[in-house]
Amino acid sequence: MEMGWRWDFTYEILPQMAIATLNTILAAGVGYAIALIVGLFFLLGQRTPSKIFNCINRELVEFIRSTPLLIQLFFVYFVLPQFGITLSAWVCGMITIGLHFGTYMSEVYRGALEGVSKTQWEACRALNFSTIYTYRRIVLPQAFPIAIPGMGNYLVGIFKDTPLLSTIGVAELFHAATAVGGYNYRYLEPYTLVGIIFLTLSIPAAMWVRKLERDVNISQGKIKK
Amino acid sequence: MPGFYKSKGFILTYFEFLNEHGITLLLGTVTTVKVLVCSMILYVIISMIFGLMRLSKNPAIQGIATVYIEFFRGTSLLVQLFWAYYVLPFFGISLEAFTAGVVALGLNFGAYGAEIVRAGILAVPKGQWEAAHSLNFTPAKRIKRIIIPQIFPIILPPAANLTVELLKATALVALVTVVDLTFEAKQINSITWLSAQCFGTALLIYYIMARFALVPFLRWLEVLAARKVGKEKI
Repeated sequence: MEMGWRWDFTYEILPQMAIATLNTILAAGVGYAIALIVGLFFLLGQRTPSKIFNCINRELVEFIRSTPLLIQLFFVYFVLPQFGITLSAWVCGMITIGLHFGTYMSEVYRGALEGVSKTQWEACRALNFSTIYTYRRIVLPQAFPIAIPGMGNYLVGIFKDTPLLSTIGVAELFHAATAVGGYNYRYLEPYTLVGIIFLTLSIPAAMWVRKLERDVNISQGKIKK
Repeated sequence: MPGFYKSKGFILTYFEFLNEHGITLLLGTVTTVKVLVCSMILYVIISMIFGLMRLSKNPAIQGIATVYIEFFRGTSLLVQLFWAYYVLPFFGISLEAFTAGVVALGLNFGAYGAEIVRAGILAVPKGQWEAAHSLNFTPAKRIKRIIIPQIFPIILPPAANLTVELLKATALVALVTVVDLTFEAKQINSITWLSAQCFGTALLIYYIMARFALVPFLRWLEVLAARKVGKEKI
C-alpha cells in the first residue's frame, strides 16, 4: 500500500464528500431550527407559576445538559423501537440534537431576558402596558441582540457535533468519510478532507459570530468603535 | 421486546440487569474517570501555556498559538479523535487507543481553555501589572506571583463549565475502542438488546458523576481560589 498523500484518490472521493457536506449542513440547520424552538419551551417551562413544575423542568435541563450527546443519541435510537416507535436515524438524530442544544438555547434566552434591566419592566408597569405588549415591544427587542452571540455560538457548536450522527448511521460527512475509508482501506485522505471541510466552514462562521458579538456590544454601548 | 416488559415487572428485570451487568458498567466508569483525569491535567497545562503564548508580544509565538487555537476549535472533536487514532499510524506514530483519546481531548479542550486563560489574564486590573513593575519584579515573577494567583477566581467558573463539557466529551473515546462506560453500554446493548436499561444506566452514571462529584469539586476549587486572594465567595 502506498503511504503518502494520494491526490488521485483525493479527487476521486471529492464529489462524494461534497454531497455529504450538504447533508451535514442540512442536519446542522434542521437541528438548529429544532433547538431554537425547544429552547423556547424549556424557557417557558422555567417561568410557569407552579414552583414544582419549574423545579422539574430545571432538573430535566440539568440532566440533558450534563450527559453526553452520544449516549442520548443511542438512547433515542435504540430505546424508542422497544416501545413500538420506530424512527429513521435522521429523525432520531434531529430530535436528540434539538433536545440537547435546546437546553443550552434556553439558557441563552434566559440570560438575555435577565440582561434587560428591571427598570424597563417597572417603567412598563407604570405606563400600564399589558404583559404581552411589554414583551413584544419593550423587552424582546432589547433581549434579542443580547442573545445573538450565544445563539451564533451554538450554531457553530451544533455544526461541529453533527459527526456524532454518523454513529447511528446518518449519512453525513463523517459517515461518508468512514465508508470511503473502509471501502478503500485508506483513512488518511478522507479524514483529513473532513477536517479541512470543517475548518473552511466553521472558521468563517465563528468569525462572523465574533463580528456579530462586537456589533451588538457596540450598539449596546459596552465598547467603543 | 414489548412483551418482555409485560411478562415481568420492569423494576424487577432492572435489578436483574444491574446484578448481571452492573460490575461491567462500573469498570467502564473507572476507565471514564481515568480518561477524564488524564485529559483534564493535559488540557489545564496546554491552556496555560497557549493562553500565555496568545498574549505574547512576539508575533511568531502569538501566531503559533492562534493557529493552534483556531485549528482545534474549528474542527470537530470526533474528527480529531479519529485522525489521531486512524491517520497518525500513516505517519509512523501509532498511539494506543487510550493515549490517542487523552491526547485528542487534551488538545481540543486546551484550545478552548487557552481562550479562557487569555481572557482571565486580560481581566486582571492594569494597576496590578504596573504595581508589580514599579516594585521591580522580574517578568517571570510578575506573572507567577502577582498575575496567576489573581486569575484563578476569574477563570474557574468558565473552566468549570468546560470541564463538565470534557466529562461529556470523554464518551467519544469509546468510538476509538477505549473500553469506557459508553463502550461497555454499547457492548451490553448489542448482547442483550436491553437498550433502555443499559443506556439509561449509563446516562444516570454520567449525570451522577457530573452533578454530585465533578461540579461540587469545582465549586470547592472556586471558593478556595476566591479565599486565597481575599475575596469571600458565597
